[in-house]
Amino acid sequence: MTLGNSISNIFGVSPIKPLQNHMAEVINCVSKLEDFLNTAFDDDWDKAATVFDAISANEQSADDLKKQFRIHMPKSLFMPVSRGDLLSILTQQDHIANLTKDICGIILGRQMAIPKALRSDFIGFADSSVETCKKAHGAINELDELLETGFAGSEVKFVQKLIRELATQEQKVDKKELKLRKKLFNLEAELPPVNVMFMYNIIDQVGALADTAEQIGNQVELLLAK
Amino acid sequence: MEFFTEYGTILILLAALCGFFMAWGVGANDVANAMGTSVGSKALTIKQAILIAMVFEFAGAYLAGGEVTSTIRKGIVDSAIFQERPEDLVFGMLSALLAAGFWLAIASYRGWPVSTTHSIVGAIVGFAAVGVSADAVHWSKVGTIVMSWLISPVMAGTISFLLFRSVQHLILLQDDPFTKAKRYIPIYMFFVGFLIAMVTLLKGLKHVFKDNGMSLSFFENAMIASAVGVLVATIGSYLLTRVKRDISLEADNRFANVERVFAVLMIFTACSMAFAHGSNDVANAVGPLAAVVSIVTSEGNISAKAIMPPWILLLGGAGIVVGLATYGFKVMGTIGRKITELTPSRGFAAELGAAGTVVIASGTGLPISTTHTLVGAVLGVGLARGIGALNLQMVGSIFLSWLVTLPAGAGLSILFFFCFKAAFGQ
Repeated sequence: MTLGNSISNIFGVSPIKPLQNHMAEVINCVSKLEDFLNTAFDDDWDKAATVFDAISANEQSADDLKKQFRIHMPKSLFMPVSRGDLLSILTQQDHIANLTKDICGIILGRQMAIPKALRSDFIGFADSSVETCKKAHGAINELDELLETGFAGSEVKFVQKLIRELATQEQKVDKKELKLRKKLFNLEAELPPVNVMFMYNIIDQVGALADTAEQIGNQVELLLAK
Repeated sequence: MEFFTEYGTILILLAALCGFFMAWGVGANDVANAMGTSVGSKALTIKQAILIAMVFEFAGAYLAGGEVTSTIRKGIVDSAIFQERPEDLVFGMLSALLAAGFWLAIASYRGWPVSTTHSIVGAIVGFAAVGVSADAVHWSKVGTIVMSWLISPVMAGTISFLLFRSVQHLILLQDDPFTKAKRYIPIYMFFVGFLIAMVTLLKGLKHVFKDNGMSLSFFENAMIASAVGVLVATIGSYLLTRVKRDISLEADNRFANVERVFAVLMIFTACSMAFAHGSNDVANAVGPLAAVVSIVTSEGNISAKAIMPPWILLLGGAGIVVGLATYGFKVMGTIGRKITELTPSRGFAAELGAAGTVVIASGTGLPISTTHTLVGAVLGVGLARGIGALNLQMVGSIFLSWLVTLPAGAGLSILFFFCFKAAFGQ
C-alpha cells in the first residue's frame, strides 16, 4: 500500500526555509569580498585566486539552491505570500552572488591595480555595501517569525524597522560611492584610460550590491502589505 | 427461515471477516491521517500517538459511535422493502463490505485519496438501488449524507480559521506570547473536554441512562460536561506548569517556547481527534456487520429490535488496533516526517476544528470522512496565513476521488451482490 490517501500530501514544501538557506549562502559569498579586496590590494594574486575560487563555489551552490527552490514552487501551491514576490526576492538574492563573482572576476582577471590613494575609501565603500546585504539577510531571517504570527502584529513593525535600517545603510553607501567617484575623477587624468574605465565599472557593481539588497527589503515590505 | 439456520454461521463468519478487514484498513491508514498532525508537530512520539489512538478510538466507537453505526446499518436502505426477502439484505451488506474493502485496497495501492466512508455508502446505495430496486434506498437520507460531505470540510475549515485567528489575537501577536499562551491555553483545553463529554452524554450514554431509568435535562448534561471540561483544563494547567522557558531555543525562532506550550495542548486535541474518528469511522466497518448479525440471529426478522452484541464493537476496535500495530505505525511515521511544517499552534487549530465537526456529525448520525474534514480544517488555517505552503492540487484530487468512489463502490457491490445470490442459489 502506498500513502496516497494520506493527509500529508496536502502540505507542500514551505518556501521560507529554502529562501533563507539561499540567502545565507549568498551572504557567505558576498562576505568574502573584503578578504578578496585586501589580498588583491596586497598584490598577492595567488591568494586572491584562492579566495575567488571559494567565492565561485559559494555562487555555484547558491545557484543550485535557486534551482531547487524553483522546482518546488509549482503554481498549484497556496501560500501566505505570493509566489511572484518570493521568486523575485530569490532572483534579487541570487543577483548579489552573481555581482560578487563578477566584481572579483574582473579585478582578478585584469590584476587590477587600484591607486593607493583610493584604497581605504574603496574598502570602506565595499564594506558598507556588504553590510547592506547583511541587513537584507536579517530581514529575510524574520520571515519564519512573520509566518508564525500570520504576517500581523508587532512582528510586522519589527520587520519594518529592519527595512528602514536597511534603507539608511543603502544611503550611506550611496554617499561613499559619490565620494569615491569624485576622488577617482580627480586622479583619472594620470591613469591609463582603460583601467579607469574598469574602475568605474567596479564601483558601479559594488554600489549595485547595496541597491539589490535594498530592493530585497522593498520586496519583503510588499509581503507585509495586505 | 431455514436459509438462515443452514447458512447462518457461514454468513456471520464472512461478514465478520470483511468487517475486520475494513477495520484493519481504517486502523492502518485513516488513524494515521487523524493522528499524523500530532506526530508531525512533535507533540507526541509515534508510540504515544498509537497508545492514545487505541484508547480513544475505542472509547469514541463505544461511547459515541452508535448513531453512525445505526445510519449505516438501517438508515440508508428502507428495511420494509426487504421484509419479504431478508437474505437479499444480508447479501447486500456482505457485498457492500467486500466492495468497499476491495475498492480501498485498489485505491491505496494506486495512491488515490479515497475515503472509507464514501466507499461504504456508495456500496450500500449501489446494491440496494440496482440489485433490489430504486425504492429500497432512502434517497432523502442519502441526500443529507452527501450534503454533509460538502458541508463538513467547510465547517471544519471555518472553525479552524476562527480558532487560529483567536490564537493570533490572544497569544501570538501579544508582547509576551509565552505567558499569554500559558494563560489562555487551558480555555481551549476546557473546550476539548466539554465537547467530548457533551457528545458522550447526549448520544453515547443516553441508552445506558434510559435502561437505568435515568434521564438528564440538556442543562444537567451541559453542567456535567462543563465539570469534565474544568477537570481537563486543570490537568492541562498542571502539565503546563512543567513547561519552562528555555531561552537558548529562541535564538533561531523567537516562538520556539510558545510552540512548546502548544505542544501540551495538542496532546488533548489528539485525544479528541482519535475519539471523533472512532465515533465516526468505526461504524463503516461495524455497521454492515451489525446488520448481517441482527438479521441472521433473528432468523430473518428485520424489524426486530435487536440490540447490537458487544462483540461486534470489540471486533471493530480490535481490527483498528491490529491495523495500527501492523501497518499504522509505519504510515504515521511517514506522515509525521512529511508534515513538520505544521507547528503545534496550527496543528491544534486544525485538529480541534476537524474533531469538533466530526463529533457533531457523529452525534447526528451522519457518516462523514474524517480525512477530508481534516483537510478542510488545514485549509482553514492556511487561509489565516498560517501555513507555509499547501498543495491545492490535492484538494482537486480529493473532490474528484469522491466523485469516482461512489460509482466505483456501487458498481463493485452490485457485482458482488449477484455473485453471492448465485453462490447461495437464491
